[in-house]
Amino acid sequence: MAFARSRHIHAAEVAAMKRTLPIIIVLLAIVLVWYAAAIGMNAQWQNDVYRRADITNVPATQFILDTWNQEKPVLPTAHQVFGELWNATVLVAPNKPRSLLFHAWVTFSATALGFVMGSLLGIALAVMIVHSEAMNRSLMPWIVASQTIPILALAPLIVVIGFNIFTGTMGIPTDPARLMSKAIISAYLSFFPVAVGMVKGLRSPEAIQLDLMHTYSASANQTFWKLRWPAAMPYLFASLKVGVAASLVGAIVGELPTGAVAGLGARLLAGSYYSQTIQIWAALVAASILAALLVIAVGLVEKLVNRAMGARPA
Amino acid sequence: MRGLNAVVSAQNLGLTFKTNDGDVVALSNVNLSINKGEFVSFIGPSGCGKTTFLRTIADLERPTSGSLTINGQTPEQARKDRAYGYVFQAPALYPWRTIEKNVALPLEIMGYSASQQAERIRRTLDLVNLSGFEKKYPWQLSGGMQQRASIARALAFDADLLLMDEPFGALDEIVRDHLNSELLKLWAATGKTICFVTHSIPEAVYLSTKIVVMSPRPGRVTDVIESDLPRERPLDIRETPEFLAIAARVRDGLRAGHSYEEVA
Repeated sequence: MAFARSRHIHAAEVAAMKRTLPIIIVLLAIVLVWYAAAIGMNAQWQNDVYRRADITNVPATQFILDTWNQEKPVLPTAHQVFGELWNATVLVAPNKPRSLLFHAWVTFSATALGFVMGSLLGIALAVMIVHSEAMNRSLMPWIVASQTIPILALAPLIVVIGFNIFTGTMGIPTDPARLMSKAIISAYLSFFPVAVGMVKGLRSPEAIQLDLMHTYSASANQTFWKLRWPAAMPYLFASLKVGVAASLVGAIVGELPTGAVAGLGARLLAGSYYSQTIQIWAALVAASILAALLVIAVGLVEKLVNRAMGARPA
Repeated sequence: MRGLNAVVSAQNLGLTFKTNDGDVVALSNVNLSINKGEFVSFIGPSGCGKTTFLRTIADLERPTSGSLTINGQTPEQARKDRAYGYVFQAPALYPWRTIEKNVALPLEIMGYSASQQAERIRRTLDLVNLSGFEKKYPWQLSGGMQQRASIARALAFDADLLLMDEPFGALDEIVRDHLNSELLKLWAATGKTICFVTHSIPEAVYLSTKIVVMSPRPGRVTDVIESDLPRERPLDIRETPEFLAIAARVRDGLRAGHSYEEVA
């Protein structure tokens, strides 16, 4: 018995290793390619440095190490990027403009506000489209058309005009006005997947489920809340995940053209002004971590909703 | 044909669907009267209009000619009066609701109080032998149990008329036999009028007091057979000569309607 059990555990360990081994190998391969590329891409600058300092006969190992540790490399290496990330988060107080946490928070608040606005707008549009054929025909073309305009062309317009209206006619202070203009871009990007997903979701009930409601003489309101809305939940969360990532992109784009001093987008722009490639990469990694956290957060809410709705465990 | 206590009464009823390929006559010249407390089966091959007729009674389809009354009212009035419970081919339970919440669905819509809901849920789940499964979700139940839950849902608001559209069609024969005998008990216990669509001859003969034989192209009634089998029906009644005689007449009726020609 004991022998059988130990063999069983052994088999489980082997199975776990078989699952994780490919992931580790791929990760190693990425790091290898990254560092190899860094040698090639930073080589010219390194040679120029040596030439100017009249250094010759540099050993190959020294040359490689130097390309991996430049101050403004064309391609920063992993340890530089993550080192900068560490310095700019753990070693700096989070309320200082040097802190990436500070910038991430600024971007996050615009993202969250825009995401909420965009999602509500998307849901409202979907409800109108599902309940009225006239709305379906008149709104849908505009919704699709809105997304064919490149956001990079539209963002400066929204940010500048929006900011001026908010601070001018509406008399809102600059900080909330800046937040609102960025949030509008976020909302502009995130309402689309939510609207399209929810139209599909609210139309997902089968004919016999709708017939059933008809035999009860249920009102449109009852049919919506007891059938269409719960049936749309899987579609809602799938589109919210796309929407939240789009919101983040919107907030970052909104920070680029305004001369904003705070936010991950401003950090990216400042980095490119001063060729601080390590800073750019650290901000990029911070943005992708923020995006992952946002998607995970939506996924957690989805899990809670699924559990409350008695979904079969996957 | 026209009884005073007719629950369902159809005169020269016709229904034509307009499709891109031209008109399809789903029902043509149907005359039928169903009395209170009867168990009526509709049998015939695909396309004979048996489901369409049931949906017309339920106001899910509108007839294009003739007249149809339910309890002396139009189908729309009858639907708004919640005169019938409808059981579909699939259970159509809402997956996000527990069994008791599924049974509660019509009660919520019709505005029953919480205590009335609880009482009716308990009673109807008991009728279909699902007591103890109140808190389960549909996916935790077998197909037969799911269909029983959907019958409980149709019974919950005490409509006198029960419309059943091939409710056991997707189930295996053992489960189907069991549910058939349970359905007869339920019918005896509640005294409801039942309209039951099937394409199984033994099922129709076993369950019914009246069998309506239908045939396609155009959908029409070819024979109405009154069954003189006793109301108390053990499963082995299906081997008696009386049973087989009625089954033979149903089969003849189906053949006379050329029902089995060119049936895809």
